[in-house]
Amino acid sequence: MSVLWITLIVLAVAAVAFALGRQKALSATKGDPRKLHSLPSYYGWSSAITAFVPAMVVMILWMFVQPMIVNQRVESALQLPAAASQADRLAAAREVRAIGVAVDRGLSQGVLQQDELGRFMEDPAALAPALRAADIPLAVVVTPQLFNAAQVFRDTAATLGTAMTAIVIALAIAGAAVGIRRCTPEFRARNLVERALMCVLIGASVIAILTTIAIVLSMVFETTNFFRQYPWQEFFFSTTWSPVFQGQSQLGLLPLLWGTLYISLIALIVAVPIGLFSAIYLSEYASRGVRSVAKPLIEILAGIPTIVYGLFALITVGPMIRDWIAQPMGLGSSGSSVMTAGLVMGIMIIPFVSSLSDDIINAVPQSLRDGSLGLGATRSETIRQVVIPAALPGIVGAILLAASRAIGETMIVVLGAGAAARMDVNPFEAMTTITVKIVSQLTGDTDFNSPETLVAFALGLTLFVITLGLNILALYIVRKYREQYE
Amino acid sequence: MTDMPATPRRSSLLKLDDRTRRRNAAERRFQIYGILCIAISILALVVLLVSIFSGGASAFRQTYATFEMTLPAETLDPQGNRDPAEMARVTTIGYQNVLRQGLVEAVRTAGIVPEGITDADITGILSPEAAADLRNRVLADPDLLGQSVEIDALAHGRIDGYYKGRVTMQSAERDANVTPQRLQLADAMTENGLMALRFNWGFVTKPDASDQRPEAAGLGVALLGSLYMMLVVLVLAVPIGVAASIYLEEFAPKNRWTDVIEVNISNLAAVPSIVFGILGLAIFINFVHLPQSAPIVGGLVLTLMTIPTIIISTRAALRAVPPSIRDAALGVGASRMQSVFHHVLPLAMPGILTGTIIGLAQALGETAPLLLIGMVAFVRDFPDAPPAGLFDPASALPVQIYNWTQRADPAFVERSSGAIIVLLAFLLVMNAVAIILRRRFERRW
Repeated sequence: MSVLWITLIVLAVAAVAFALGRQKALSATKGDPRKLHSLPSYYGWSSAITAFVPAMVVMILWMFVQPMIVNQRVESALQLPAAASQADRLAAAREVRAIGVAVDRGLSQGVLQQDELGRFMEDPAALAPALRAADIPLAVVVTPQLFNAAQVFRDTAATLGTAMTAIVIALAIAGAAVGIRRCTPEFRARNLVERALMCVLIGASVIAILTTIAIVLSMVFETTNFFRQYPWQEFFFSTTWSPVFQGQSQLGLLPLLWGTLYISLIALIVAVPIGLFSAIYLSEYASRGVRSVAKPLIEILAGIPTIVYGLFALITVGPMIRDWIAQPMGLGSSGSSVMTAGLVMGIMIIPFVSSLSDDIINAVPQSLRDGSLGLGATRSETIRQVVIPAALPGIVGAILLAASRAIGETMIVVLGAGAAARMDVNPFEAMTTITVKIVSQLTGDTDFNSPETLVAFALGLTLFVITLGLNILALYIVRKYREQYE
Repeated sequence: MTDMPATPRRSSLLKLDDRTRRRNAAERRFQIYGILCIAISILALVVLLVSIFSGGASAFRQTYATFEMTLPAETLDPQGNRDPAEMARVTTIGYQNVLRQGLVEAVRTAGIVPEGITDADITGILSPEAAADLRNRVLADPDLLGQSVEIDALAHGRIDGYYKGRVTMQSAERDANVTPQRLQLADAMTENGLMALRFNWGFVTKPDASDQRPEAAGLGVALLGSLYMMLVVLVLAVPIGVAASIYLEEFAPKNRWTDVIEVNISNLAAVPSIVFGILGLAIFINFVHLPQSAPIVGGLVLTLMTIPTIIISTRAALRAVPPSIRDAALGVGASRMQSVFHHVLPLAMPGILTGTIIGLAQALGETAPLLLIGMVAFVRDFPDAPPAGLFDPASALPVQIYNWTQRADPAFVERSSGAIIVLLAFLLVMNAVAIILRRRFERRW
């Protein structure tokens, strides 16, 4: 029986338990809820929880354990030579699985009969044609050994599956019985329900931590694999990036890091002055009307998906820079360039700089401004000499956050910066970044044992560490600054 | 005693001295810088939108050839019993021949044939996809055979490009896919009403088409894939995000453990999206062995990305509910859990919904992580209905846009800009709903 059906049955048992538990608690006080410890529905919920939770926990554990037992049985049935490598064992197990699943489908669709399965023991090659009649693909060369193992696989899986169904449903019914029996007026049903609910809430907030751990683990694991095949000195200090899928590739980080930092620098040169001046104008000079129009308009820029900026770089900005600036000045003839990607990325991060700076400038106490104006300074002098220095740590934090955004940005550089890994100072040349190379090494046909693929995980980890460092630094600065005036 | 200045400065309130004038000029300059910077930002927004819209609006209109022809029953249904299973044996090539004959006849009878044109040239103005469309139409309604029907056939991508100004007579001479004669024929057919630009529903409903057939490419599979992923995000991210925020905001003790969770969440919100793609590839595909390019994997990755956004906005919404509400509930005997679930949560709902919609909008436009989990694959078959369809290969709206930018035919640039218009339209609607919700239900305490 499928997992979905078992879950539905357990849910049905839980629903019945809810109704009976509530009923039992109420009938014990002759329908007077005031004599119960908790509201009647809590008795129902507590019965439903005792029915549902243990059964589901057992089912989930079972689903992890069952494949292990099946694999063990299959392996002993296969009688592989002791010298067989791990990869061979996995491949054989996969083939056995494919045959077993195909036979099951054949049986359920009626092209195979239970009693004729023995025939394939002698003539395994007849299995594939028999299945093809029902459009069941089987791309495995069936040998008697494999077929035998497949039968073991089917038997074990079927036995264990039946056992699981029986145990889980029995557990649900037993849980329901225990839960309902407990529903006496003195039973603290609400406390039990609330404790269960609290576990759910805590579990949900742990998911954020689990995500971080999963991110770090997945990358660290593959990165150590990578460094086992490729020397780390080469990766961190080599200045050539030329992956060759036949081996002998040079996978130096430096050209990618250079491209990433160069593009981010241009983006910041565009975004910081524009964002900062916009924020100053909006918070210090603009009337309410102007502010209520201009601020949302600038923030739209943050809501536009990056693929849109990427296309903008590809079809509008790139050709424009090439035709109007790069080619007339003889600086390059490439549509994709550091300048293109940097400019467009700069536009994208303007709102990050401006909104955060805006908040921070607004947090500077009015008394500082009043003091400065009272001494006869003009408004711009007040801003330059009082407000900005007071807000500086926060603004630096905002800029760091924007920088981290720029370094991790992918689609704009994939479409706007090009794919050539080179270390050049000419901003009108195509260069490439860490994110571009992660995409190009991990899309298409990938072999997760070659350093050319695994390098993407090392690049990802580098990127993660850089952006994490910037974020933590920025958050630390912003937080510390906020406390200063609160 | 203080020293008096040797010469007291003569100044007047009415007549500005040099220094004051300089300072006032600096003040004006400073303001102008601010205005300029705001103008530049808004100008960038306008240029971005105009360039996308001007390039993409034409994707919603497509050139069709319209003519009447009789569908020959003897070639399309050799058995003569109108059984769709039998008729399916006639391949698209059979229909192509029929369609070509019909077109040549229609053009020749209209008497608009330009000089030096061959039959091959006439048939070359149709898209190869037109025959497949006709085949589907006939198989769906076998009674059409033997009757005179009006055919709406997709024109070839280059003819469509000629209508939209992308292809000219000069470029046609150098192009292997089109000749100037075909363009002249297209002109003549337009005058006779045999060919016209029409609104193109197929762009939104049809699946992607191959590299050679930009005229037939549509967003159907991508839209469905994106919808499935949004469903997954909605079902998973909202309950988890809301539950986590309730714990952190209402119950968590202030200790190092909860501090770690909080720092974690704000950092997760700023982790580059591509890192989530690596996570999805390593965990969901290589470790759990979920299928590649399936909406379920994309949905899970986007869920992990959206949870921090939802947590941050939900916590803000919960914080905005005044403590007096909680105190009142506790005062009449509710437990803390009851006060939160019966009173605080319903009051915070508008804020939570707004945050959810904004998180969904972000997830809808996310591209980079989806590239890594194989959503770039060329998918023409629509996925099944959920839940089984969640495991079928599908595309996603932003990835489809990226896919089209990587193709050689310039007609795909128009398609990808058009797809962006669709994407932006969805985002606009979602954000508008969020703003309306906020305006309608926002409470000030």
